[in-house]
Amino acid sequence: MTATPVIQVEHLRKSYGSTLAVEDVSLTVHRGEIVGILGPNGAGKTTTVECLAGLRDRDSGHVDVLGLDPARDRAALREVLGMQLQESELPARITAREAAELYASFYADPADPLELLDDLGLADRRDAQFRALSGGQKQRLSIALALVGNPQVAVLDELTTGLDPQARRDTWDVVRKVRDRGVTILLVTHLMEEAERLCDRIVLIDAGRVVATGTPAELAAQSAGEHVLRFRSPEPGVAAVLAGVPGVHGFDGPDDGLAYEVRGGPEVVQDVMVALSAAGVRANDVRLERGTLEDAFLTLTGQDKPRDAATGRRSRSLLTRTEA
Amino acid sequence: MTAAPLTPTPAPVPTARPTTATSGRVLARVTRTEALLFLREPSAAFFGLAFPALLLVVLGLFMPWADQPFDEKDPVLSQITAITGYTPIVLALAIATVGFSTFPTPIATYRGNGVLRRLATTPLPSSRVLAAQVLVNVATLVVASVLAVVLGVVVLDISLPADPLALVLGFVLGATSTMAVGCLIAARAPNTSSANGVGMLLYFVSLFFAGVWMPLPLMPEIVQTISRYTPVGAASQAMGAGWYGQAFPATELLVMAAWTLVGVPVAAKIFRWS
Repeated sequence: MTATPVIQVEHLRKSYGSTLAVEDVSLTVHRGEIVGILGPNGAGKTTTVECLAGLRDRDSGHVDVLGLDPARDRAALREVLGMQLQESELPARITAREAAELYASFYADPADPLELLDDLGLADRRDAQFRALSGGQKQRLSIALALVGNPQVAVLDELTTGLDPQARRDTWDVVRKVRDRGVTILLVTHLMEEAERLCDRIVLIDAGRVVATGTPAELAAQSAGEHVLRFRSPEPGVAAVLAGVPGVHGFDGPDDGLAYEVRGGPEVVQDVMVALSAAGVRANDVRLERGTLEDAFLTLTGQDKPRDAATGRRSRSLLTRTEA
Repeated sequence: MTAAPLTPTPAPVPTARPTTATSGRVLARVTRTEALLFLREPSAAFFGLAFPALLLVVLGLFMPWADQPFDEKDPVLSQITAITGYTPIVLALAIATVGFSTFPTPIATYRGNGVLRRLATTPLPSSRVLAAQVLVNVATLVVASVLAVVLGVVVLDISLPADPLALVLGFVLGATSTMAVGCLIAARAPNTSSANGVGMLLYFVSLFFAGVWMPLPLMPEIVQTISRYTPVGAASQAMGAGWYGQAFPATELLVMAAWTLVGVPVAAKIFRWS
């Protein structure tokens, strides 16, 4: 039996007036997955999830969430989809318990609100007013409210923005626990580390389009055609050795600190170390750098291009003027 | 739907339209929560509930003019004390406090900090939050007004209204027309401070036209005429006419009905959820 996707979006398009927020987004989320929608600010991430949660009407495209069309079956969808919005607060003087019980009352088949608060580590803050909660506690209460209706799908938008590193890690643990309860999770984030640590799969969006999809490792590998090996060596003759290694695509060095940077394929480490050793050359501080998700992000979203293009243009024009 | 057919989801999806969130039980619960939040806000609770009665009693007990005739030159107004004459003005103040402050502000706050947006993700129809605010504020207004009148009768020995029907009509339409203007604020104010800014401006102008600073019968004719066409001013004059036993305040009642009939649909049309 093939698993039916929980969320299926095909060629979603949405504009606000003359601004095209989402141009063409397709994505699939299967039951029990944590899927991250990653992209720079303004890429169309929030608009995408708002369209599939029924908070906004799409201009065109097909969206199916648990067999429901968000544009038509809003009432039914809200029973089965929980959503945590960015920058959404609660009344300042409502207590955690009152909020959880109130929101539970909206649903036909809610979770036990007090148990949920306990699960999210808010047991001792039940009777605290919202304004007295810390940033992490507010965020956990927000997750509790997204889950109190016993949803099958939870959409979490910029979950850990503004949290300190410890609170962020705690929140990630909470998300994993939520998934273990059988909830499918769609996570919107612009944080690389969050996507890398938490997501089974990532949909990378830029300027309203999907630019890549895959596991964090697959995405990282996509941009990382080359492995980079760095080491230091005080001895002469290193350059000659490197030039003779077949797997090396290129290298720089030695610089003032006697450091070398060698670029090559997956075997570059072994080949270079063997060759250096055979030539009787010692290498210190050996480090291998592989492509990271961040590299993939920058390459695929073109965030590294404007700067290079600008410098390129400037140096060219300078050159032209000098020549003239 | 022309898009690719999808096989049915194995998970149970509610087929019947869920009705939990639209039930009266949930509205009662939302209203109870909003009432609790109202009472936890010290300034709203004080100004909404206690201030009108406190103002009336303090003026009645400590002002030398309180038991003088309201207006010696007027055949009707010379028959009542000044503090009796001031009572419908205090009721107009109670209406303005609720309509321009405690009613619209929480809704603007909920818009500003995303509470309305969060509710939009739940099955609760967002209109329930507005309904709850109306109920809480109407209850506040009734309690504040009854408290002021009862204390006025018991402590200050004010005389009872001569024409209770005109008084009640003036009070009810005063509340609906002022809250209609409050709805306009609630419909658009993007956050707490903008709602407070607009609300307080309207509040103090309205108190002037209601005769809180100086009773209307003592003010120039032109001020009385303008006052008659503002919601709170018309409420003050209609309730005054009913209390003092003057001619039936038909113009004022029609003015307030018009404010209500125009303000509420316009507010509903321009209302923003986020």
